[in-house]
Amino acid sequence: MTPLVSIENVSKHFGAPSVPAIATLCASIKPGQVTGLVGPDGAGKTTLIRLIAALLTPNEGRINVCGLDTIRETSAVHASIGYMPQRFGLYEDLSVMENLVLYAELKGIALSERKATFDRLLTFTDLARFTDRLAGRLSGGMKQKLGLACAMLKLPRLLLLDEPSVGVDPISRRELWRMVYDLVHEGVGVIWSTAYLDEAENCAEVIVLHEGKVLFEGDPKALTATMDGRVFHVRGAGADRRRLLASALRRPEIIDGVLQGEAVRLVIAKEAAAPTSEELSPSQNLDISSVAPRFEDAFVALLGGQPKRSLPLDTSPAQVSDDIPPVKAQGLTRRFGAFTAADNITFSIKRGEIFGLLGPNGAGKSTTFKMMCGLLRPSSGTAHVDGLDLYKSPAAARNRLGYMAQKFSLYGDLSVRQNLEFFAGAYGLSGAKKRAAVERVIAAFDLTSHLANNAGSLPLGFKQRLALAAAIMHEPPVLFLDEPTSGVDPLTRREFWSFINAMVDRGVTVMVTTHFMEEAEYCDRVALINRGMCIALDTPEALQASVKSEALPNPTLEDAFIALVEAQNKTGEKAAA
Amino acid sequence: MTRKDDTGSLRRIRALIWKETLQVTRDPSSFVVAFVLPALLLFLFGFGISFDATRLKIGLIIEEPTPETEWFVASLSNTPYFEVQRATDRRQFIDQLSAGRLNGIVVLAGDLSERLARGDTAAIQVITDGSDPNTAALASGYIRGTWAVWQAQRNISQNARMPGQISVNQRFWFNPELESRRFLVPGSISLIMMMIGSLLTALVVSREWERGTMEALLATPVGIHEFMIGKLVPNFVLGLCAMGVCVVASRYVFHIPLRGSLLTLIGFTAVFLAVALGIGLLISTVARTQFIASQLAMLVAFLPGLYFSGFLFEVASMPAVLRAVAKVVPAGYYVRGLSTIFLAGDIATVLVPATLVLAFMSAVLFTLTALNTPQRLD
Repeated sequence: MTPLVSIENVSKHFGAPSVPAIATLCASIKPGQVTGLVGPDGAGKTTLIRLIAALLTPNEGRINVCGLDTIRETSAVHASIGYMPQRFGLYEDLSVMENLVLYAELKGIALSERKATFDRLLTFTDLARFTDRLAGRLSGGMKQKLGLACAMLKLPRLLLLDEPSVGVDPISRRELWRMVYDLVHEGVGVIWSTAYLDEAENCAEVIVLHEGKVLFEGDPKALTATMDGRVFHVRGAGADRRRLLASALRRPEIIDGVLQGEAVRLVIAKEAAAPTSEELSPSQNLDISSVAPRFEDAFVALLGGQPKRSLPLDTSPAQVSDDIPPVKAQGLTRRFGAFTAADNITFSIKRGEIFGLLGPNGAGKSTTFKMMCGLLRPSSGTAHVDGLDLYKSPAAARNRLGYMAQKFSLYGDLSVRQNLEFFAGAYGLSGAKKRAAVERVIAAFDLTSHLANNAGSLPLGFKQRLALAAAIMHEPPVLFLDEPTSGVDPLTRREFWSFINAMVDRGVTVMVTTHFMEEAEYCDRVALINRGMCIALDTPEALQASVKSEALPNPTLEDAFIALVEAQNKTGEKAAA
Repeated sequence: MTRKDDTGSLRRIRALIWKETLQVTRDPSSFVVAFVLPALLLFLFGFGISFDATRLKIGLIIEEPTPETEWFVASLSNTPYFEVQRATDRRQFIDQLSAGRLNGIVVLAGDLSERLARGDTAAIQVITDGSDPNTAALASGYIRGTWAVWQAQRNISQNARMPGQISVNQRFWFNPELESRRFLVPGSISLIMMMIGSLLTALVVSREWERGTMEALLATPVGIHEFMIGKLVPNFVLGLCAMGVCVVASRYVFHIPLRGSLLTLIGFTAVFLAVALGIGLLISTVARTQFIASQLAMLVAFLPGLYFSGFLFEVASMPAVLRAVAKVVPAGYYVRGLSTIFLAGDIATVLVPATLVLAFMSAVLFTLTALNTPQRLD
């Protein structure tokens, strides 16, 4: 079979040739299937997609798309591909129909075919009811569908999707996959780039990119299969599981480990013996069972496993009394005009607990989170942090919490030390106290090697460490994390969570929002927010168990999420009708 | 190029123009730029800036009051130009002058009557604040004028004509009242058009980069030159609308005469607008964010227009280097042409060379844009 895309020794650099975005890369992509382009942020996924789309010219090598050369036959390539860029390429001030008409005209769809094409795509994407709505007013999932429709106007031979699932909730993600499979049945070849490793399992083939190089090319199941018998669930450690994970990771034969609800997932090195309860924790009777490997296990193993370092983390929160819950929301409600974004949300987080806030886009998750940080005043209800009302004594309450924003919120052109000193000052520390705080976090987060470097030039993992260090400068007993690891590679994410786990071990309480189901599994309990209401609040495992059925004997957390949200949407629609 | 390609290209351009027009009608900021901003700037320039002297603050020192000095004081106070304070010692006013609370001091010396009898030309002393040369020149000019008028009246009443006195009969053509607004309004219109023209295109193109739609467009068969035409046409129309607002305001609010024909005005403006839009397009080839685009538009289009168009600052009195710079500032040609059309009429000797220069400039700008426009993302 002739490949749909063949990439031969392609290099691309922006700026200095010594730091290539793509380094002498060879790959071939088959027609009529989904090929996943998998890798963390900065691996070169977008650059490679743009090279294939003939939007960038390679510095070396050549790319052939549908028998056409991307350098010499640019417009022919453009005519035979469909391309959906990261932000979907929609005009937000044009309506759904106007966007379609524009792209149909630009792609030269004959007027006689236009109606049939639009009908087909609008039915396919289920957007027929919204043709007059401005694209900017669509939800994230609907925008993504419209972007796909615009890319599909002229049935392309190759469809390029650049991170279509970023910032999109699991339900919309799953719908998109369904649509993409339909296209594959019509003979379209699809390239889907993603930082979510669980999506790799949906692809017929994957190209795993890391630092501009191909780490693996082929069937993801074959790669996952190499991990058979090397992955274990350890149960029965209870509240000690974070300490168990940290100590297990210090063992040479254990190359990877994460928390999954109440279980600890451990991966052992090739040909190592299965771990025993005796080895892991002599004092406990642990239940160890072999489980099916995931693509992520294989990916981490491919990168050589989790780096072995001992955490010097030695920072503990100021002493607090144990009888008041560190975080408490009581009947939190927020209305915007006639629209209720958050409706009577109540929860309470225990000391040393990791609490997750999940929900589809626009469900009220961010509204709730902002109210808990004191950034948005509730219409009614109260929010307490460490016993202090966020709206009666905001300064004192905010001093009890550390907040790490989704986006890198440090000063890129200040050095690491200057950033730390600035944030220490911002928290009101001065003189000897400030110096002590800065030295403490430098030691705790092992920042010594980069102290003089500008924060903007740090590798991603260091940036995250620095952001976390700045957020806990004032030793808060409560830590709020807003999508802390979206787009981050699994190793960096593990490193980040190892710090969080160590802090939780010392009594810090954590609240985290995420779209990322693996991250949700690190939580002790999760609250599921939909349509402004808290529709479920339990441990991840209990949520999974609650949706268990004959059709779904082994539900994942994502399955649970989707089932619970859809069930509520159905009852909500019935009530509305 | 085959015939089929041509129709495809025309179709794409039409679709892009249609899209751009929809966006303009929906985006309140385009409306503000095309209709509100010109009116606002024109009122600001037209009413806010004036080179005419009214209520100049004058300190009058009369060292020895006589009936003759009282007569002069009356003629000084009875004009709309001065606000007169009196004192007998100049020291009282020196501090006020240096603090900027007075625009000038007039000293009538104790021996005024003797000097007048001698026919001394330097009978009065005028001290002005040289740190503000415009006002200083105005004040001393007006005071001398008043002095001359008073002297003439005095001579008539005394029936004693001074020997050898020359009287100058001044006439200002095209702006007989020498009202600065008549010059300021056409000047501001040219600045406004410069800014709107360059800002509009620079912003709308960089917006496409910023919102990621440029990437999607580049991956369709749209050629970059089709894209540029799609941007130019609607914004050209929008620019002409802004001009319409300016012309109506200058005619009916500021009562500036339009002595040339409307057709000449529109034609001349169209050529200039092509230059302004061309500058905007050239900016858009390098600016990928709206912020940088607007900064560049200010720097490249607005500021040179302000300083070198000869509308606020006299170019002829600048050093040679700056005079050379002024030669390549398009707003300068437009200011001269526009004031000619408004105040003098369709004068070919002024308008034809200006039009040719502007047309040449727009050709250069469009060529540079075509050469520099990225066809790809790198």
